[in-house]
Amino acid sequence: MSALGNIVKKEFKELLTPATILPVIIIALLFGSIGSSMEGIMEGFQEKPVLGYINEDSNNLSTIVTTYLDNYSEVIFNSTDIADKSYALEQVKQNEGVALIVIKQNFSTDILNDTRGEIEIYWIMRGAGLFDTVKSEVVEGLIASINREISKALIEDNTTINATIALGPSSRIDTTYFKDREIGLSPGTITNMLASQSTFIPIVIMMLIIFAGQMIISSMALEKENKTLETLLTLPVKRTSIVTGKIAASAFIGLIFAVIYMFGMNYYFQGFQMTAGVSLAQYGLTLTSLDFILIGISLFIALIAALALCMLLGTFAKNYKSAQTLVFPVTMLAMIPMFITMFADFDTMPLALKVFMFAIPFSHPMMASRALIFDDYVLVFGGIIYALIFAIITIIIVVWIFKTDRLLTGSTRKKRKLSFRR
Amino acid sequence: MVLAAVEVKNLVKNYGSIEAVKGISFNVNEGEIFGLIGPNAAGKTTVLRILSTLLTITSGSVNIMSYDISEKPGEIRKIISYLPEDAGAYKNLTGKVYLEFIANFFDPKQKQEMVSRGIEIADLGERINDKVDTYSKGMKRRLLVGRALMVNPKLAILDEPTSGLDVINAQEVRKIIKNTVQKGTTVLLSSHNMLEVEYLCDRIALIDEGKIVEEGKPKTLMDKYRANNIEEVFTKVVQ
Repeated sequence: MSALGNIVKKEFKELLTPATILPVIIIALLFGSIGSSMEGIMEGFQEKPVLGYINEDSNNLSTIVTTYLDNYSEVIFNSTDIADKSYALEQVKQNEGVALIVIKQNFSTDILNDTRGEIEIYWIMRGAGLFDTVKSEVVEGLIASINREISKALIEDNTTINATIALGPSSRIDTTYFKDREIGLSPGTITNMLASQSTFIPIVIMMLIIFAGQMIISSMALEKENKTLETLLTLPVKRTSIVTGKIAASAFIGLIFAVIYMFGMNYYFQGFQMTAGVSLAQYGLTLTSLDFILIGISLFIALIAALALCMLLGTFAKNYKSAQTLVFPVTMLAMIPMFITMFADFDTMPLALKVFMFAIPFSHPMMASRALIFDDYVLVFGGIIYALIFAIITIIIVVWIFKTDRLLTGSTRKKRKLSFRR
Repeated sequence: MVLAAVEVKNLVKNYGSIEAVKGISFNVNEGEIFGLIGPNAAGKTTVLRILSTLLTITSGSVNIMSYDISEKPGEIRKIISYLPEDAGAYKNLTGKVYLEFIANFFDPKQKQEMVSRGIEIADLGERINDKVDTYSKGMKRRLLVGRALMVNPKLAILDEPTSGLDVINAQEVRKIIKNTVQKGTTVLLSSHNMLEVEYLCDRIALIDEGKIVEEGKPKTLMDKYRANNIEEVFTKVVQ
């Protein structure tokens, strides 16, 4: 074999190890699953939205609206009597519909008299994730098209009305039903307003978990690499103290980092705020002091769970280099719920995804703020209890490993009665 | 009557299917320096790690100062001090802060005394206030010897205490070990350096392939095998 071939062969053997191949495969699978999710969402854009409408106006211009709705949506209820509104809303809800559209009396007359015709839209909102608003966005598109159709009809008829009205003939009154609340905004606006919770908090939590996790895994690896662990384990200190001491220190430093990031990210996101003049507080969608305490507890417990998991992985680290590979599963477990929380609401997820999200202890603080805004205390308390149990069990496993040969030899083999009691 | 600081009986240690230590027995008397001598992979470090409570035993028994190692590892850790062969110290700490960190695990009343003793043994001068990361290998080893002996352990377990040191530093460390024994510490050490063993140890055990093949005072063994030094004794024993 030539010298070049010899070097290439050696490099292949050095570089193509399970530790380098596995992350690439997992990333490929992750992108694949994101791609198929996106495919489903794109299909959502193409599907006809399920709607109901009540047309109180019997003139021509309202007919343009109803004809357009009949052609481009799946109308599951239509009526001309506003008294049917409650029943219509119930029908829309039961049929997984998006909205009930009410074309007000005098819609056509108002337009022809230089006043915008009124359309009331009663939205049924199921989740506040970015993907949850896909169908309402389709309806928004329909309304815009309807406006254009009316403008076109007005211009074609040479109607002598104000040009502003001709180009924007209708006005909207939005009412959204979301998690047992009635909010006078469209789903898009609500989602925008909740965007800070949807994006800012999950990103900060994801970073916190990755940084703190990396710290503790590296700390374990360095203890092994620098041979300080052997000394530490022969000192008169309980294994539980070593484990909890390392976790507590990393949690504290991680929280400091999180505060620093929160300041930076907060300013970053403020620059993108699109909801000037409208605040969540106007609609009672605010977090109370108790809510903030619960978010803090949820975050702290999730951090401890993450650190305990990292500590467990750290026991497998042989040196600093191998520690970097071991951070990867934790990074994935932090990134996946971050993306899912951004794009979908826990309530609207399929059951399997709900179970998956709940099982990841880091998901809970990411979901907590949105859940608390809508008083979903069951999810938050459930998450805190689950993450606490996860953390305690993981810490017990780590302490057990610290009491075995595993830490130094890679084996947990203990012999019957002759095992140490530490 | 000579009291045994360490009693090892039929000690066996397996790593999976590999038998690293094959039923060895020896005693270390209080106040003596006992050396475990043998080639690489003979099982020396495994024995020292077991005695330091780092590894569990497969079978047999180990008693240190009358404490059963399987029953009371926590008590044993209070009276021993272990110096691993390639031990390191926390790089971002200064030598003094490192010694303080270790002393904090012991009696708080003796902390200052321990640290002062550690600084004296390490003998690093002003460099004791520098970060460990800036130390040479010799300086680091002296700091670690200081760390191991400053706590006045009843039993000091030293794995290759002069490993990697130059002649001057190695001599210093040997002197420190001799002085420590005079103050009442029992020392169990391992070494490849036969001359060091001859100079330091009151008694030695020759270990090969997980078994003790000979045991006794260096002078007695040299006479028994008509050898000029321990190296020759070892060669004759294993052949």
